[in-house]
Amino acid sequence: MSRYVARRLGFLLLTLLITSLIVFVVTQWLPGDVARVILGREASEPALAALRAELGLDKPLPVQYLSWLGRFVTGDWGTSYSTGLPVRDLVLERAGNSLMLAGLTLLIAVPLSVFLGVVAGLKADKPLDTTISVGSLAVVGLPEFVTGLILIDLLALRLHLFPANSSIRPGTGFVEALPQLVLPALTATLVLLAYVTRLTRAGVIEELRQGYVRTATLKGLPRRTVVGRHVLRNALLPTITVLAISFGWLISGLIVIENVFNYPGLGRLMTFAIDRRDLPLMQAITLLTVLVFALANLGADLLYAALNPRIRLE
Amino acid sequence: MNKPSPPVLQVDGLTVAYRRGQQSLAAVRNVSLSIAAGQAYGLVGESGSGKSTLALAVMQYLPENGQITGGAVRLAGQDLATLPREQMQQVWRDQIKLVPQDPGASLNPSLRIGDQLDEALRDGGETGQELRSRSLEQLRQVRITDPERVAASYPHQLSGGMQQRVLIAMALARQPSLLILDEPTTNLDVTTEAAILDLVRDLVQDHRTAILYVSHNLGVVATLCDRVAVLYAGEMVEDLTTQQLRLRPLHPYTAGLLDSVPRVGQRAGVDPLLPIAGNIARLDALPAGCVFAPRCHLAQQPCLDVRPELEETSDGGLVRCHRWREIAAGEVSASAARPATIVVQNDAPGDASALAMTGLVKRFPVRRSLAEMLRRTSARQVHAVDGVSLHVAPRRTLGLVGESGSGKTTTARCVVGLAERTGGEVTLFDIVLAPGLDARDASVLRRLQMVFQNPDEALNPYRTVGDVLQRPLQRLMGLSPAEARAEAARLLEAVRLSPAYLDRTPGQLSGGEKQRVTIARSFASNPDVLILDESVSALDVSVQASILNLLTELQAEQGSAYLFISHDLAAVSYLADDIAVMYLGQIVEVGPTELVLHPPFHPYTEALLSAVPRLDGATEESIRLPGDLPSAIDPPGGCRFHTRCPRLLGDICREQEPPWQEAAPGHRYRCHIAPDELAAVQVIAEQNGRLRREMSGAGR
Repeated sequence: MSRYVARRLGFLLLTLLITSLIVFVVTQWLPGDVARVILGREASEPALAALRAELGLDKPLPVQYLSWLGRFVTGDWGTSYSTGLPVRDLVLERAGNSLMLAGLTLLIAVPLSVFLGVVAGLKADKPLDTTISVGSLAVVGLPEFVTGLILIDLLALRLHLFPANSSIRPGTGFVEALPQLVLPALTATLVLLAYVTRLTRAGVIEELRQGYVRTATLKGLPRRTVVGRHVLRNALLPTITVLAISFGWLISGLIVIENVFNYPGLGRLMTFAIDRRDLPLMQAITLLTVLVFALANLGADLLYAALNPRIRLE
Repeated sequence: MNKPSPPVLQVDGLTVAYRRGQQSLAAVRNVSLSIAAGQAYGLVGESGSGKSTLALAVMQYLPENGQITGGAVRLAGQDLATLPREQMQQVWRDQIKLVPQDPGASLNPSLRIGDQLDEALRDGGETGQELRSRSLEQLRQVRITDPERVAASYPHQLSGGMQQRVLIAMALARQPSLLILDEPTTNLDVTTEAAILDLVRDLVQDHRTAILYVSHNLGVVATLCDRVAVLYAGEMVEDLTTQQLRLRPLHPYTAGLLDSVPRVGQRAGVDPLLPIAGNIARLDALPAGCVFAPRCHLAQQPCLDVRPELEETSDGGLVRCHRWREIAAGEVSASAARPATIVVQNDAPGDASALAMTGLVKRFPVRRSLAEMLRRTSARQVHAVDGVSLHVAPRRTLGLVGESGSGKTTTARCVVGLAERTGGEVTLFDIVLAPGLDARDASVLRRLQMVFQNPDEALNPYRTVGDVLQRPLQRLMGLSPAEARAEAARLLEAVRLSPAYLDRTPGQLSGGEKQRVTIARSFASNPDVLILDESVSALDVSVQASILNLLTELQAEQGSAYLFISHDLAAVSYLADDIAVMYLGQIVEVGPTELVLHPPFHPYTEALLSAVPRLDGATEESIRLPGDLPSAIDPPGGCRFHTRCPRLLGDICREQEPPWQEAAPGHRYRCHIAPDELAAVQVIAEQNGRLRREMSGAGR
């Protein structure tokens, strides 16, 4: 098991290395001159050359790559071109915000969608199941900015339950930020809901057909025990895996939702960086995103193996 | 069994229907039966007979679209259909137990065996420790020697036989009054099956449990049951004692079932099987008269128009047939007439080999971890096939038998090139075959073909039968599409299917028809050698019989040599001129069929033979192999069979590889015991068995 984890972590490092190379090369290809972006259209040629030299942009590419990588690994993620602030502080601050949002989303989405999925699966093809399935599909059909705006209109503007603007100040803690987190988290939940519900429903229906359910029922166990002790244990395996993987998306993929609610997460920082052609910022966010996705995948695999005795990781 | 005791189970006029769309199809119609305490009652029929539906209806556990639409199921006088769900749960917990067909799927894969067993034993109020010690005791009762290990295991860590023992332990946990066994040994090896049957028989005798034993296998039913009901298309067609079943069944269907199952030693050329014509009646198109009439060789006009009643016979049986009195009086025979002839080539085997394996070896590497590779520990391997030398003469059949895990299928896959052999040589006539399929040219593919076990998996569901047959004809034989279609029609006729099947897809065919199509496909290139890997094992007995006869006829017409692989010794002996017995990757005995089936034989062959359930019911004091097949990763040293051998000599077996002994010209086995010594003990054992059989009732 520990050997397996070590090997997976090794692969993870390799993945990061390859991604860093891709990120580096791609950012070199982007049109536009960084020095000119920083200094503006009217900057003189000597001033541009001086800045290029200062940024190391005049050196051969492999040298640039290695020095960039070396600094990155040692914790120096560079300075944001557009704000002049250290990239690391910017990114980690936003990553913390994203983590809070992802955490609340999972807190809402997991119990809700699993509950709905299990109910739908147990009552497959009955009116309740149809209601749940059609309802959750209808919701997922709407784009996030629409559901987000509907939620703002309903819960913020009409009922005044939560603020419409989620632009929390830097350094705000989870509890303090909670009211402002609810609406974006609900919106993200609605995106996950239909998918996870249907997956859970399919898992429950599939497992209910298995012979061991008959064995358990014919032991004379009450339905509650059959479902709770026997069915869910197997039916939720795929759901758990998918939820673990979706964690990566929740951290760095909520670009639309963050923009709708003005929430300072990683997604918005990324759009900001792209707008300003802020290379160090883009590089750092991309690498962090890859790391989060890879860790989420590893976590999903480990969780799956821990819950499923038929899987032995070696 | 004449003690008058009140029935534990009484089924009265039970009718069970399934909703399918707008239709309601009665899968069981008006069936009555009763089982007393300590009685074992067999329920026999092929797929579609309604036997499993009946068993589930008795348990009040029908699928959602199934419903009891008539009659009653009474357990000790109590009508189960009227019980509310909570009381039915009590009945399930304490009184009726089901042992299902598929033990692997019937255990929860993510709970330990001990926890699953505890659940069945819990009264409420006992401590976890008390419960567990009762569970361990229960495992000991089903002859599991290391209950602690088994209780701590997950289901996938146990063999099929062990899983079935666990399920039996669960079923017997609360000493139920009725035990329903639904094909409990169908997917198990004969050796395991025999051990399970022994176990059930003993446990039932100890506890006087009533048993409903559902099976398609008449031999199994005959060894265990006192009374047997035969179901056909949802109706009971005959109800009789096991004794009567052996002596003279009255209904032509019962006789047809008996005549479809090969007995060990029955040979195709001498005593052919008499398969039942046609297919089982469909529930949505039941005949107006007798349901069996369209397939019955005795059917007359009234049979086609008037449904016969279930009538009582003079010796207390029940039969549903217009002509049973004529059959009982011996005026007509319930058995079908023997087919004109099955021509069997009985050429003396020449020296030529159509197919020869010399020292065939196949090892699969066991994956090593990175650390093991760095430490350069030697790679562990599965010795799937370990030095097999066999040859099949032209136009003859070699049968290969052994338990699952013995390496039969790997041998077949190495021969056809689906698996690449690790060592040794395979030759087709005088061509040395390349290990892998890719390196073999088309002429080899043409001359060497294979038929697989499961026709569902071997046929693409989206291709018509015509596509399936024309492809090899065009690819391997170079025919034009028009020629290929004409030839495909001819092939279908050769496997007794009409050319109308050319445009059907596999989904429209029955299991037997599908297997006929795969056989037709394999004959498309007129192969010199045909490998048949468990090709009839999954089929119903009547279908199996017709396929076995078809193979015999095709061999006579086409002259192909067969390598016939099966765990079913009776089917192998029916078809094969020679038999090879395989154990843990090695051949332990080989010789002409008549010689292999009689002493002296290898102790493993002896155990296999002894495990075959026989209609004459002789299984008491037979040889039973202890434990499961050892792992092929580290096979036992010395003689590989020594860990389970009933005739173990001592250290010599553990330490030295046994030599080949020549029992007769062409008949050899690998054992430390010399032929005359082995023959002496085995002949006595065989005579004792026969004597017991004769005393317990005349054989067929």
